[in-house]
Amino acid sequence: MNRSTNGLKGILMKHRVIIGLEVHVELKTRRKMFCNCSAQYFGQEPNTHTCPVCLGLPGALPVANRKAIQWCTQIGMALNCSIPSFSKFDRKNYFYPDLPKGYQISQYDEPFCLKGEIAVNGAKIGITRVHMEEDTGKLLHETVDGEKVSLIDFNRSGVPLVEIVTEPDFDNAKNVKAYLQKLQQIVRYLGVSDADMEKGQMRLEPNISISLDENSKSLPKYKVEVKNINSFSFVEKAINFEIKRQLEILERGETPVQETRGWDETKQKTVTQRVKEEANDYRYFPEPDIPPIKWNEKELAKLNESLPELPDEKLNRFIKQYRLSDYNAEILTREIDLADYFEEAVKLDKAVTPKQIANHIINKKVNINNVFPAKLIAEILSSSKIEDVSREDLIKIIKEVLAKNPKIRADYALGNESVLQFAIGQVMYVLRKKIDVNHLRNLIVEELK
Amino acid sequence: MTSHNNLTIKKAREGLLKKDFSAVELLNAYLEQIERKNSELNAFITVCKSEALEQAKHADKLLSEGQDLPLLGIPIALKDIYSTKGIQTTAGSNVLKGYIPPFDATVVARLKEAGAVIIGKTNLDAWAHGSSGENSDFGPTKNPWNTDFVPGGSSSGSAVSVSAQMAIAATGTDTGGSIRLPASFTNTVGLKPTYGRVSRYGIVAMASSLDSIGHFTKNVEDSALFLNVTAGNDPLDGTTPTVEVPDYTKKLDKDIKGIRIGIPKEYFIAGMDPKVRENIEKAIKFYEENGCKIEQISLPHTEYAIATYYIIQPAEVSSNLARYDGIRYGNKRKTFGEEAKRRIMLGTFTLSVGYYDAYYKKALKVRTLLIKDFEEAFKKVDAIIAPVSPTLPWKIGEKANDPLSMYLSDVFTVTANITGHPGLSIPTGFVDGFPVGMQIIGPHFKEELLFNLGHRYEQEHKWFERNPYET
Repeated sequence: MNRSTNGLKGILMKHRVIIGLEVHVELKTRRKMFCNCSAQYFGQEPNTHTCPVCLGLPGALPVANRKAIQWCTQIGMALNCSIPSFSKFDRKNYFYPDLPKGYQISQYDEPFCLKGEIAVNGAKIGITRVHMEEDTGKLLHETVDGEKVSLIDFNRSGVPLVEIVTEPDFDNAKNVKAYLQKLQQIVRYLGVSDADMEKGQMRLEPNISISLDENSKSLPKYKVEVKNINSFSFVEKAINFEIKRQLEILERGETPVQETRGWDETKQKTVTQRVKEEANDYRYFPEPDIPPIKWNEKELAKLNESLPELPDEKLNRFIKQYRLSDYNAEILTREIDLADYFEEAVKLDKAVTPKQIANHIINKKVNINNVFPAKLIAEILSSSKIEDVSREDLIKIIKEVLAKNPKIRADYALGNESVLQFAIGQVMYVLRKKIDVNHLRNLIVEELK
Repeated sequence: MTSHNNLTIKKAREGLLKKDFSAVELLNAYLEQIERKNSELNAFITVCKSEALEQAKHADKLLSEGQDLPLLGIPIALKDIYSTKGIQTTAGSNVLKGYIPPFDATVVARLKEAGAVIIGKTNLDAWAHGSSGENSDFGPTKNPWNTDFVPGGSSSGSAVSVSAQMAIAATGTDTGGSIRLPASFTNTVGLKPTYGRVSRYGIVAMASSLDSIGHFTKNVEDSALFLNVTAGNDPLDGTTPTVEVPDYTKKLDKDIKGIRIGIPKEYFIAGMDPKVRENIEKAIKFYEENGCKIEQISLPHTEYAIATYYIIQPAEVSSNLARYDGIRYGNKRKTFGEEAKRRIMLGTFTLSVGYYDAYYKKALKVRTLLIKDFEEAFKKVDAIIAPVSPTLPWKIGEKANDPLSMYLSDVFTVTANITGHPGLSIPTGFVDGFPVGMQIIGPHFKEELLFNLGHRYEQEHKWFERNPYET
């Protein structure tokens, strides 16, 4: 329930904010969805990743990319969806110059994944469906030889796209942002998409409406969709802007117009893009070129088994297994690379506790691409604080070590300073505690004089 | 016309292997026939003279090296709806006039690999929409048996190219009868294989769930030889299953005694030409006399087939033609002909919100019932024999302004497309100087049985030996 002042004049109206989300995620399969062209199109010369199929040439036929279907299904599994044993592709018919076949191959009434849910900040968010479709080409509006032209780059045409639709279960922008972060985290964990917003690999479309009846279960008669948002914080801003804008309209006793709006970051507001008079009629029908997909239980079980450990599971395991704080575990599991790095370091040296490793990584903001886990351990060891070991005890051990290893004294006398390192190691071995290495070194040198 | 033009694939191959003539000589005989007859018959949109000569020379080279390929040096015509790399492919429509595909259809690639010489691209009803050949934007094709009459469509040019001896064999597509009907009108053998038996890749789509990729030959044996080359799974077409491809020529001569043949009562309707009926009944008699068990059967939902077909087919057509949006291929949308526009509108309507359930969805349900009809029938019989067309060829122009009566000419053929069953159209003689044909329909992927039944009949009657130019 949201009771917002939002700078509104007059009465505080009781209201209920209703937000649902459509998210498109581009899969990082090697090949496109329906042909053998490379799907890695980003930054490539226009129209170099094309063939008769993704150009929609007469007679060319789509053949579904098995891997993409499996990945889409795994996204659904990670979002706790049910996976129907029968699924099919459909044609979504509409005209746009970036759509070379005049229809998009998508899924209509029998998607790969249905009815999931995911917890976000303690709230349960329903997942309506997760389905598979193909990306379109890209229009470029440019001036060539002084003439304004529209150019089409088909490199992106046919790149596998997964659409994840939620129930209208959000009531605030903060949770939407948290959900998006979680979704991004999940697809990255699955290794099915980099979900890089800037490269258009993850696209967000919230739809927002407000009911003045706090307790009504039914949805308002209108909804506003916001498109062209390319960052999580813009989503938050756009939603909060919309809530305020729509409330103002509702307070006047009017109903906001059903429309598609875009987020204008410079003006910090949403702006009208397209007013929908009627719902588009896409004339969906089953795609005759692709036979329906039928799973058997074995195949689904295998897909399920091959799911990696997901963020929530990993988080809980880190807390339990490594006795980390919730805060540390959350940071370490945010990205799978970091989590893996942490675990690798833990395995390396039992003398350093997981907690020490976690603290070091987080506090020192370690760049995991530059610092190998072994080096990390060494850093931790050398920077460790002295434990309470008395000077007398230390000297006692040093004397023992020097007595046992006469070569240390001999070598040092000959000017071999590196032998000190060996001596330090020997003392540490006996001591089995972390102490200030410099302090120890000085003591050893004193003793050798 | 030389004697080369009478040859079947099998005979031509023998001649080439024995060096009675070269592939170039063989090709020239057919090019000369095209030269003589095409202006009158309008069977070809494009004749690939120089490319064909290259291919024939190459075939001669391979022959001289002692190589043998299933169609080495055989001049074959392609319905101009098959994509051919570097050669204009129009689909019979002005919309695609000047379009030169950058790739070969899978069937074209397989024919080339088998050594075939591609002699040209044949005329058709634009986008394969039609039963007469008259809907072509390149003018109607004429029936060589009487040039005032239609040769049947939509694979009109392919049928005529074989019938008028301008090619030894030709490819076609059959979405509602477009191979079987013109075959029966031109005294050729036309095969509509099981849906998915032959790859659709690279063939301009008409109605994707109905399009069946087949061919015209002079006789049944050639049809089997041809299918040996074209059949089988294609990784580029997801609707071609990995069902084994037998050597289709193996069982041609098998004894047909004891084979159960069903005669569906719904295919011998009141409006049928009595002489055509008599002709078909005579053919059925042959099977009875040769030990087959003839049984009257019923395919009870047959009467809904045309209605079902004219919902599913235009729906898919409307979607398949959407890509010709005037942005690519150089020609504007106004270049679409009347029939294509009619089907685009019909299909767009039946797929629209509020109508989908009443039309398309219901049609899919009837489709299931029609498939059940056949499944039930094939529990009792091994094959079904029926007429191809209720009438003889009609005069050019006669039905041009009556699309509905044109649609009804497919009444006996559309069902096999809806159900995906294979059908073989075989000449059964002549009525009033016009060829007539019967179709043998079999269970999915049982083309072998159709060839066996067809070949045994043909060996007895040899209608294929007659041609429009015999004296």
